[in-house]
Amino acid sequence: MGCSAFSKKNMKNKILLPFAIVSFLFIFFILYVGLNRSNIYIPETVINEKIPTFKVKVFNSEKELSSIEIFKNDIYYLLNIWASWCIPCRDEHPYLMELKKNKKLKIVGLNYKDKVKNANNFLNELNNPYTLILSDTDGTIAIEWGAYGVPETFLVYNGKIIKKIIGPMNNNLFKEIESAVK
Amino acid sequence: MKILNLLVIIIFLFNFNVSNAKDRNLNSKITKNLRCLICQGQSIHDSDTEFANSLKLVVEKKITEGMSENEIYEFLKTKYGEWILYDPALNQKTYILWLLPLLLFLIGGAIIFKNLKIKKN
Repeated sequence: MGCSAFSKKNMKNKILLPFAIVSFLFIFFILYVGLNRSNIYIPETVINEKIPTFKVKVFNSEKELSSIEIFKNDIYYLLNIWASWCIPCRDEHPYLMELKKNKKLKIVGLNYKDKVKNANNFLNELNNPYTLILSDTDGTIAIEWGAYGVPETFLVYNGKIIKKIIGPMNNNLFKEIESAVK
Repeated sequence: MKILNLLVIIIFLFNFNVSNAKDRNLNSKITKNLRCLICQGQSIHDSDTEFANSLKLVVEKKITEGMSENEIYEFLKTKYGEWILYDPALNQKTYILWLLPLLLFLIGGAIIFKNLKIKKN
């Protein structure tokens, strides 16, 4: 009886030890991988999705436009979400001014939760790269586009979003847009 | 006649309030199940960021447009990805998340059952 209890205990140890080691390694591996991963989620930036349909007021006017009236086929559009209170928008402004020179591209601004006076001051100070400015006073249009902050930029062609930039534009992204708009 | 008018008004107001309350309950249920992308770890309902406040308005608008709860989740999923939902669907990426607790429960249950059996013997 004593012998069998001993062997049973021995058996248990034989199973328990590898099991503990495997579990430990498994947890260690998951936590180790998790350490190197950013825990801040950023939505996908490579998308080929239809632009949303919406109605929006033109900046500093009572005129209302629908998305179909704004985005025509066979023209590249750059929808840039901006605000005068947004500091990174100032950093990316020179790139937008440079892109304005590209005749195949129309830059549409979406003024996000901003005051008309402040937005006008911003444009007077840094110049206006936009062919059309739309007004999103409550931020709901930005959500229709899948944006969650300012600045965000969308390259649109034939009613589809072909590129999405989260945050301010930089030199590399500027070049990518230049090469996409042929 | 006056009483009849009053009655109609009261009934109208009462119905209006009920539908409003229903919408508000649905709104808070949905926004509690959405994750804020700015202050990650908080729900849209709890968050007071610009993004969360706008998203609350969008959810309200979609409810009044007659969209169902699931349709609103689907709409936001296409915009921001699965991550925006606190209640992720069972798929290739999330099966460990869903099945691991069940597996641990079964293993734990088996161990307890075995121990009890040994004790009885």
